[in-house]
Amino acid sequence: MWDVLANTTDPNYWGIPVAIVGGALRVSAPYLYVSLGEMLTEKSGRINLGLEGTLMMGAMSGYAVSSLTGSAVLGALVAALAGALFGMLHAFLCGRPRVNDIAVGIALMIFGIGLASFIGKPYIQPKNKPSLFPDVPLAPWTAADSIVRANLQINVLLIVGIALVPLIAWALKNTRWGLVLRSVGENADTARAMGYSVNTVRLLATMAGGTLAGVGGAFLTLSMTQGWNDGLANGTGLMAVALVIFARWKPFNCLWAALLFGGAGAIAPAMQSVNVTQGRYLFQMIPYVLTLAVMIATSSPKRQMIGIPDELTRAR
Amino acid sequence: MQLSVPVLPASASPLEQAKKFLPLRAMEALGITLAAVLVAMVLFGLFVALWGYNPLTVYATMWKGSFGTWFNAQRSLTQAAPLLLTGLCVALPLRLGMVIIGGEGAFLLGALAAAVAGHQLAGSSPIVSVLGMTLAGGVVGGAWIALSGGLRQFRGVNETISSLLLNYVALNILLHLVYGPLKDPLEPRDPSTHSIGANVKPFLAEFLGWRVHWGFGIGIAACVALYFLMHHTVVGFASSIVGGNVRAARVAGLSISKLTILICFLGGACAGIAGMLEMATGSGKANEKLAVGYGYEGILVAFLARGNPLAIIPVAIFLGGIKSGGYLLQTNPDLKLPNAAIMVLQGFIFLTVLGAETFYGRFGFFKRKEA
Repeated sequence: MWDVLANTTDPNYWGIPVAIVGGALRVSAPYLYVSLGEMLTEKSGRINLGLEGTLMMGAMSGYAVSSLTGSAVLGALVAALAGALFGMLHAFLCGRPRVNDIAVGIALMIFGIGLASFIGKPYIQPKNKPSLFPDVPLAPWTAADSIVRANLQINVLLIVGIALVPLIAWALKNTRWGLVLRSVGENADTARAMGYSVNTVRLLATMAGGTLAGVGGAFLTLSMTQGWNDGLANGTGLMAVALVIFARWKPFNCLWAALLFGGAGAIAPAMQSVNVTQGRYLFQMIPYVLTLAVMIATSSPKRQMIGIPDELTRAR
Repeated sequence: MQLSVPVLPASASPLEQAKKFLPLRAMEALGITLAAVLVAMVLFGLFVALWGYNPLTVYATMWKGSFGTWFNAQRSLTQAAPLLLTGLCVALPLRLGMVIIGGEGAFLLGALAAAVAGHQLAGSSPIVSVLGMTLAGGVVGGAWIALSGGLRQFRGVNETISSLLLNYVALNILLHLVYGPLKDPLEPRDPSTHSIGANVKPFLAEFLGWRVHWGFGIGIAACVALYFLMHHTVVGFASSIVGGNVRAARVAGLSISKLTILICFLGGACAGIAGMLEMATGSGKANEKLAVGYGYEGILVAFLARGNPLAIIPVAIFLGGIKSGGYLLQTNPDLKLPNAAIMVLQGFIFLTVLGAETFYGRFGFFKRKEA
């Protein structure tokens, strides 16, 4: 199937890389938000598998509020609040002794998807069209050509997400809060001995993670699909958990990984535009296989993965 | 000096009499779980009341739709069938201290392998078909989970994360094959593999003459058999040592690698056979409609059963009943609840039961009296 790519004199085939980059830009924002959030949570030594549910709650509440008030920003804020509440619920339950974070996460995933679908039913066809987040051209030169302009657009929410990356990276490395978060994730006993409440730090980290995932959800409805239905997230929240591992718990890597995962998802539709329909699902498999390969390569029987917060590797 | 025989006094309270039959720990688990489910049902009742539905009508309808009539009860048991087996896929490795969440992948690939085997065996007698399909589904599902176990054992790769990733790999393998190389060209609308022999579905349709397919019987049998394996044999004892303290297990000379691979394989085989049964008693071919999350629900079944294979049976039947009762909530003209109501109820139950885990060992009531 690659032989079609050799024939690049046909101008149509130039559309493929443009479409892949464009697709990556369009769909990577939810990955970016959820993975940044999950990264913060995991840095504190806990896994929240429930972000799929949080994403759906964010998508639904953001859309509903934007439809009711006509303000996309207000929608995103409510989505963030819903995400924070879900994170709080996860952290509250997991803060009790002997409660397993993985199981609670899956329970929250089911709860969130169900709740969003239940509450959001009237908003499948809302009375008022919600206001959306606008797209802007990637750079002045991309506005010149109409095909390129249509593809290479970037949403304001993605710009905010990208701006968060250096901020979070800096805060994790250079602030007291970042240090406390990391020490709780690396060795809870030491952090406790230093006088920090492990549960409180994890509560805040999980709430921050939920907040970001909620905003990612608002992006889904208020930019990407521009509509609400209950099959919207379709695994994005779970994929983002894999993405954090691929990114080895580093904020900048989360950005590259989000673009890579988004781009990998865009390969198949791009190939379809030139009538190559085979191998679509093999392309979709690439990010997972890559992540697994990275895990295998960086682990060994003597130590866990490089970069993994140590508390994550302890059975509780 | 008097010989004391521990005979209960004639005026033994019902509680003390009950203690004779149920060990204290089982009573504790039962009490805490039932209380948590009750709390969840109250919360869900408040939730539906908030949206203007009458909670009593909702629960009466659910009862009727789940176990209120024999017809609906059979549907509940059918819903429970795959959960029995996917629950085992999580419960067995849990005993070794491993949280494996790859049941969905093993389920899908088990169904796929069984569909291929069943197509090859079409034309032979149904018993041969079923045995061949079980073997194919079990081996492929088992190998899939054993892969996670092996990566953990030999490469130190976190088994929770690797099994989660493998779910997506499995789903995409299934999609690639049913849209591509294995696609039945005569089925253009709904890309699927070729059908298995037509004689299999009626063969598996009636367990004990009920309108419940054999998956339920096989699931119950697997739960009982694996309960004995995990609680009354050397393998099970060795597994709990590994789960409790790996270093002690190593000192005791246990072969941890073999044990890990074996237990993971058995768990994965259960999920693979669950996939085989859903495929064979459903459409008779593998396609993406099999990916409805039985593997993920199995994780919750196993945690609600606290990893005990025998406790999986009531938990799976209970969850099957909830799903079955949900049909009536949507169709009842007085209610017409969105079908997501069931997911909300499940969410409440899972969250309260998992949260209630923290109450174990806190009630003196259940503590064994010091002699």
